[in-house]
Amino acid sequence: MLEIETLRVTYGRRLALDGVSLTVRPGEIVGLIGPNGAGKSTLIRAVSGVQPIQSGRVRVFGQDLSILPVRERARLLAVVPQARNLPPAFTVYESALIGRTPYLGWLGQAGTADHESARQALERTQLQELSSRRVGELSGGEQQRVLLARALTQETPVLLLDEPTTHLDLQHQSRLLNLVRSLASEHQLCVLMALHDLNLAGLYADQVALLVEGRLLACGSPDVVLTEKTLGEVYHIPVHVMTHPDYGSPLILPDGREGLIG
Amino acid sequence: MATHHFRPYLISLGLLLVALVLSVAAGPVFIPPGTLLRILADQLPGFSLPADWPKTFSTILYQIRLPHAALVLLTGAALGGSGAAYQGLFRNPLADPYLIGVATGAGLGAVLAMSVEWPRSLFGLYTIPVAAFIGASLTLLIVYSLARVGNTLPTTTLILAGVAVSAFATSLTSLLMLRSNEELRRALGWLLGGSIIGGWAPVLAVLPYITIGLGILIASGHALNVLQFGEEQAQQIGLPAERVKTLLLVSASLTTAAAVAFSGIIGFIGLIVPHVVRMLWGSDYRLLLPLSVIGGATALLLADLVARLLLAPQVLPVGIVTALVGAPFFLWVLRRARNLAYW
Repeated sequence: MLEIETLRVTYGRRLALDGVSLTVRPGEIVGLIGPNGAGKSTLIRAVSGVQPIQSGRVRVFGQDLSILPVRERARLLAVVPQARNLPPAFTVYESALIGRTPYLGWLGQAGTADHESARQALERTQLQELSSRRVGELSGGEQQRVLLARALTQETPVLLLDEPTTHLDLQHQSRLLNLVRSLASEHQLCVLMALHDLNLAGLYADQVALLVEGRLLACGSPDVVLTEKTLGEVYHIPVHVMTHPDYGSPLILPDGREGLIG
Repeated sequence: MATHHFRPYLISLGLLLVALVLSVAAGPVFIPPGTLLRILADQLPGFSLPADWPKTFSTILYQIRLPHAALVLLTGAALGGSGAAYQGLFRNPLADPYLIGVATGAGLGAVLAMSVEWPRSLFGLYTIPVAAFIGASLTLLIVYSLARVGNTLPTTTLILAGVAVSAFATSLTSLLMLRSNEELRRALGWLLGGSIIGGWAPVLAVLPYITIGLGILIASGHALNVLQFGEEQAQQIGLPAERVKTLLLVSASLTTAAAVAFSGIIGFIGLIVPHVVRMLWGSDYRLLLPLSVIGGATALLLADLVARLLLAPQVLPVGIVTALVGAPFFLWVLRRARNLAYW
C-alpha cells in the first residue's frame, strides 16, 4: 500500500503541490491526470524522494520513506521515467541488471538471483530478443520498455510511471499499458502512473486522480471523475464524454472547434 | 557488465611490461633487456649471477632509470584513471584533467608551495601534493559552477570554463615563477611535464595519494555505471548520488594533483587512453577504469621514451609529446562527439 499524506512542495515561492493525499492499494492502478504544469511529474519525483518536500509524508506499507536510506527506498519503490538521454552504450541486459543496485554490494557483483531477476524482467517486457543490443540503437518504445524492465528488477511493491506513453505510437501505447495492467494484477503492485491521455487513463486506471495547479481536485473511478462538467472546467474547453463500446469506460472527445468557428 | 574478461587485462598488462622494459633500457647508456633482467635477478635472495656487466649499469638502473620509470608509470596511471572518472562523472566524453583546468590548478598549488621554499627535506616533498590537491579542488569547484547549465554540464561550457580558468591559473603560475629567477628554467621544464627531482623521494611522496585515489576510483566502477543514467535516476535506482559523486570527484582530483605535483602538467593522456579503451572494450566502468589506469601508465612511459630519445641528448618535456599527439586526437573526438556510438 502506498500512502501519500498531505504532500506540500514549493519551488521558491511557488506552491507546486498543495496538500496532496492519495492512496494506492495493491493490484491497483491510479492514473494521475491534469493539465500541463499541474504537478504530475513533481508528485512522482516527490514520492520517489528526489524532490525535497516541504511537509507531508509518503509511506509504503507503513514505512516512512523520508527516514529510509536511498538504498532501502529503492527496494520499496521503483520509478519508470520518460525515456530520454539513456546511456546509449549499455546493452538492454546491462540496463535491466542495473536495477539490482539496491541489492548489490559497492563493487556491483551480480549473483545468480540477480541475473535471474533481470532475465525474467526482460521476458515480461518482451525484450529477450533485444537482450544484447545497445540501448542507443533502440526505438523510443523499446527504450521505454527497457526502463520498465529496469524498474521490475528492483522487485518493489510500488511502481511509479511518469507519462510512459508520451513518445509512443498507438500500438506501443496499448502494449505497454496492457503490460503494466497485467503486472499490477499478477504481482499485486501498487501502480501510480502519470498520464497525459485522458482516454488511456479512463481505459487502464482503476482510479483517476485529477491534479490541478498542485491540488487534488478529484479522485475516484474514471466514470465519476471524467465528466463533461469537471473536464470542461479544468481544461477550459467544452468536451463530450461518451461510453467506450467494448469496455464501458469513459471516452473523452474535445470540442475545441466550436471556439474556432464561433 | 555481464562478464569480466581476462583478455583485455592480459593485453594491456603485456603492453605495459614492454613499455616498462623499453623505458628502463633506453637512455644515454643502453642497457640490453637481457642484462637488465640479470641485474634485477641478482638482487633476489638465492640468486648469485656472475656480474658480467659494468658496475655503472646497476647504479644507473637503481638510482636513475627505475625511479624515473616508476614516477612516470604512477603519473600515467593517475592521469588515465582520473580522466576516465571525470568523463563518467560529468557524462562528457571530453572531460580530461588538463582540459577542464584541474591539472593547471594543481600546478598553481604546487608552484605556490615550492615558491615559499624549495623543498629539500622529505617532509617538504609531501606538502607539494597536498598544495596541488587544494589547487585542483578549488579549480574544479570554479569550473563546475561556471560550466553548469541547470542540471547539465554541456561540453562547450565545460571546455570554455576549463580554458578560461586554466589561462588564469597559468598566468598566476608564471607570475610566481618569474619572481624566483634562479629556478625559473627548471620550473618551466617541470610545468611542461618532467620531473625536477630525481631518485626515489618523489615516488614515495606521491605513492600514498595515488594509491588511495586510484583505489577508490577502480572500486567504484559500478557506481559510475549507475551514474550514467543521471543523478536523479541513480538515486531512484538506489545510489546515494550526491555523496558518491563528491567522493569520486575528490578521489579523481587527489589523483590528478599527486600526478601534477612531481611530473608537471601533462595533457591529453586522460582523454586519449579512456577513449581507446572504450573503442576496444566498451563502456562498462568496472572494466574501463582499471584498463585506463594500466593504459595511462603505458602511454606515458612510451611518450616519455620519445621525449628522451627524439632529440637526444636533449630531453624534451613529456607534456610536449603528449600534446603533439593529443591535440589532433582531441579535435577528432570533438568532431565525433555528437554521435559517439561507443560512448
